[in-house]
Amino acid sequence: MAQATSPPETRPEDEAQAPRYSSDAAGLGKARAGAFAAPALLLIAVFLVFPALWVLYLGLTNYRLTGTAAAEPQFVGLDNLLDAVSNPTFWSSTWLTVQFVLGSAVIGQVGLGFAIAWLLRDRRGPLKRVVEGLVILAWILPSAIVSFLWVALLDRDGGTLNALLGLPGFAWLLDHPMLSIIVFNTWRGTAFSMMLYGAALGNVPPSHLESARLAGASGWQQLRDVVFPHIRGHILTNLLLISLWTFNDFSPFLLTAGGPDGKSEVLAVHVYKVALQSGELGYGAAVSTIILLINLVVAVFYLRLLRSKK
Amino acid sequence: MAAIELRGLTKVYPGGVRALDALDLVIPDGEFFALLGPSGCGKTTLLRTIAGLETATGGAVVIGDRDVTGVQPGARDVAMVFQDYALFPHMDVTDNIAYPLRIKKVSKNDRRDKAAEVGARLGLEHLMDRRPGQLSGGQQQRVALARVMATQAQAFLFDEPLSNLDARLRLEARTFLKKLQRELGVTTVFVTHDQAEALAMADRMAVMESGHIRQIGTPAEVFQRPANTFVAGFIGSTPMNLLDGVVRGDTLEVAGCKVAVPAAAEGRLSDGGKIVYGVRPEYMTYSAEPADGALGGKVSIVENLGASHLVTLDVNDVNVQAVVPEGSEPAVGDDGYALPRRDRALVYLDGELV
Amino acid sequence: MTRFVLGRIGFYTLIAVLLAFFTVPLLWLVTAPFTSDPTYEVRVPDFTWDNFAALLEHPYALPSLWNSVVLSAGTAVLVVIFAALAAYALSRVRLPGRDALLYALLLLSSIITGTAAMVPLFQLAVELNLIDSQFGLILILTGGLLPAAIFMLKDFMDSTPKSYEESARVFGASPLQIVRDVVVPLVRPGLATIAVWAVANVWGNFLMPYLLLSDVEKQPAAVITYTLYTEGGQANLSMLSTFGLLYSIPVVLMYLFVSKKYGFRFHGGIKR
Repeated sequence: MAQATSPPETRPEDEAQAPRYSSDAAGLGKARAGAFAAPALLLIAVFLVFPALWVLYLGLTNYRLTGTAAAEPQFVGLDNLLDAVSNPTFWSSTWLTVQFVLGSAVIGQVGLGFAIAWLLRDRRGPLKRVVEGLVILAWILPSAIVSFLWVALLDRDGGTLNALLGLPGFAWLLDHPMLSIIVFNTWRGTAFSMMLYGAALGNVPPSHLESARLAGASGWQQLRDVVFPHIRGHILTNLLLISLWTFNDFSPFLLTAGGPDGKSEVLAVHVYKVALQSGELGYGAAVSTIILLINLVVAVFYLRLLRSKK
Repeated sequence: MAAIELRGLTKVYPGGVRALDALDLVIPDGEFFALLGPSGCGKTTLLRTIAGLETATGGAVVIGDRDVTGVQPGARDVAMVFQDYALFPHMDVTDNIAYPLRIKKVSKNDRRDKAAEVGARLGLEHLMDRRPGQLSGGQQQRVALARVMATQAQAFLFDEPLSNLDARLRLEARTFLKKLQRELGVTTVFVTHDQAEALAMADRMAVMESGHIRQIGTPAEVFQRPANTFVAGFIGSTPMNLLDGVVRGDTLEVAGCKVAVPAAAEGRLSDGGKIVYGVRPEYMTYSAEPADGALGGKVSIVENLGASHLVTLDVNDVNVQAVVPEGSEPAVGDDGYALPRRDRALVYLDGELV
Repeated sequence: MTRFVLGRIGFYTLIAVLLAFFTVPLLWLVTAPFTSDPTYEVRVPDFTWDNFAALLEHPYALPSLWNSVVLSAGTAVLVVIFAALAAYALSRVRLPGRDALLYALLLLSSIITGTAAMVPLFQLAVELNLIDSQFGLILILTGGLLPAAIFMLKDFMDSTPKSYEESARVFGASPLQIVRDVVVPLVRPGLATIAVWAVANVWGNFLMPYLLLSDVEKQPAAVITYTLYTEGGQANLSMLSTFGLLYSIPVVLMYLFVSKKYGFRFHGGIKR
């Protein structure tokens, strides 16, 4: 009892070691900071992380949207994955996706985006604003609308393109579905690359370009010796991001619905068709797992690059 | 108003960097005190620890007669001017000045009156409804000062208050700040890396190096009698001559010349000992004629300082500098002799003043 | 001299081709709504308002635009509030495991996409009874946008000097006063950017509402677009074009607002 009433022994050493109050800029402290972060982390955990983990699990079952397998899904191990890799439709979808990414993202958007940024680099005034505005418009309009605009543009009988080219009755979406969605996606997504390269070119010090010009470098030599080394980081960032986005893009579905005959069924559309239209959720999840893995590889590669730059 | 006392104040960052190493310091009530040192010496950490923005890992901060070591910054009754002034860009000048009063729940009218009063005192009357972004650097500084004055805190802390101003404005602000502090009489600690600023403004100053205080004193003391070679090298707009030498009986041998033992060191040196001989270029008498106890050599460089010249002599391959009044500067290549003032020359033994 | 002239000609030819490529697909959207009985062909409009009148009578068209507003605004509000709180905490306080958490967020935001997660999200919505719930969809969309939003905002807050908060703190402001009086006003441009970004994302999102809302009365414009067919099963072009125009205008206005206010440009955020 005596101990309880006597004042606690002061131990200045111990007291001195631990900070007596939080020392961040606003004095928030760890507990309050945790409370600030909690709602966001909770939503992310429930609606992003959990579904991703669930995909991994689903991929190992024979879960179906309807029927007996819907009530009592069975664990089937790697069967779905093996099914996928032995399924020719999966491989043709993968190949179409590669074409889609290379054609519309790497060649189309990067090439066109850089070209526009380069052409307009020294310009001010209405011409630049109009060109940039139109390119950005294509990017920001809702995908449901732009895909329909392209359906109208490419229509066999009354389409504007055929009227312009004098090719009535040419069925672009049926005869060249991949070409159509590649050009469509180039048109739709160029804005991001254009703006990124516009910003990157703005950061190339004018003195470097001027000294190259004083040394007598041609336009191409300036590009190769001054501009590209300077914006290499931006090019990589851009390539990886838009590859990732294009790889996961669902909007080709709005244009061709994967048809005709699966000739434009990229992986995103493939998953939708097998999982939600045919109801094979397990198999669909296995394909989703593959998509996640590919995303992961690209993202980790990208983050590595960023780190090594710092 | 209150004195500030630091007892064994220590700050160790996670990772083991000792930013402050057991500092003891007393700043009496009403003093204008400078913390001076090169970047990374811990002066800003010290100021922030007094404010409470950094928590001390050891020792104590006492303001007035209250130990505030474990007290939140807002409850320490100090006010601080930040290097970038930290004026809230979304508030006009009145609201900025009145913000501390708003925190103290002063009524809106009283806040406005107080802000107007303090603003007028600092010549801000016509700027009261502007945003900080519309003010010049000097005006922003005065708003930051007004905000601090409005708090009526026990002590003011200024972090590099002049470093964001243009060179010319800085001189004006220096005079202004010193006058203002004198009028207010509030204990004020300011941090600077500019020795001229510290000498000009402070009543007393502490010179810091890597977490330690190397000298505390009035500007005159620190300038005339630097306690060690670090302070000697750091203080003064023209660097002090610090020359290696040897004690030879009752004289010193420095750069191959014989010079007299400085008055303060007389009888305290042992024969044959290695010393560092220090004398400021301002405390040299230059002459073209040889003189007893002078350092003689050839003029290698002459730099114009405005009203005087800084002459560099090559004395047996050692550079010795002397300040020469205008009109009597030599030409490069001339023979010259620099005679140290005996009452101002210093001797350092193992880096410390004798 | 001739080289210069050729260069000019080449430049303007290229620009003309580019302008044509980006304009031609859009022409239909601005002509068809004002044309009586539009076809896929772009014709000089006869400036009729009949199509708009017809659209007004469609039972789901205008309500779906309202649904889009509800979904985008709801998501934007939640994203801004939750992302701002989390980004502030992560920017200013050394929470244990912060760096790993940020790295994980960055990874998550780029690898888990609607495409990859549509199956479990669908199931999750079924299990939690969130099918046909706009609020449920808002939560799901918020969860998807949060990692990127937190990351962008944290970047923004990292670049805001701490001295503002420290200054308020020395004057005795409490953490919540500091957040309210100093932090929120300071990062308002960042919050606005995130809000616009979230609205734009949700406004155009087709896949998630398509999967999770089967009740026509709750579906947003993106989904309703695909139901505008005539009784014969043909696309109802007068409806579609008119509806498309109305559906697009808010995005265009938002773009004009943003580009005027902030300049539609990239800053630090995107380069991370």
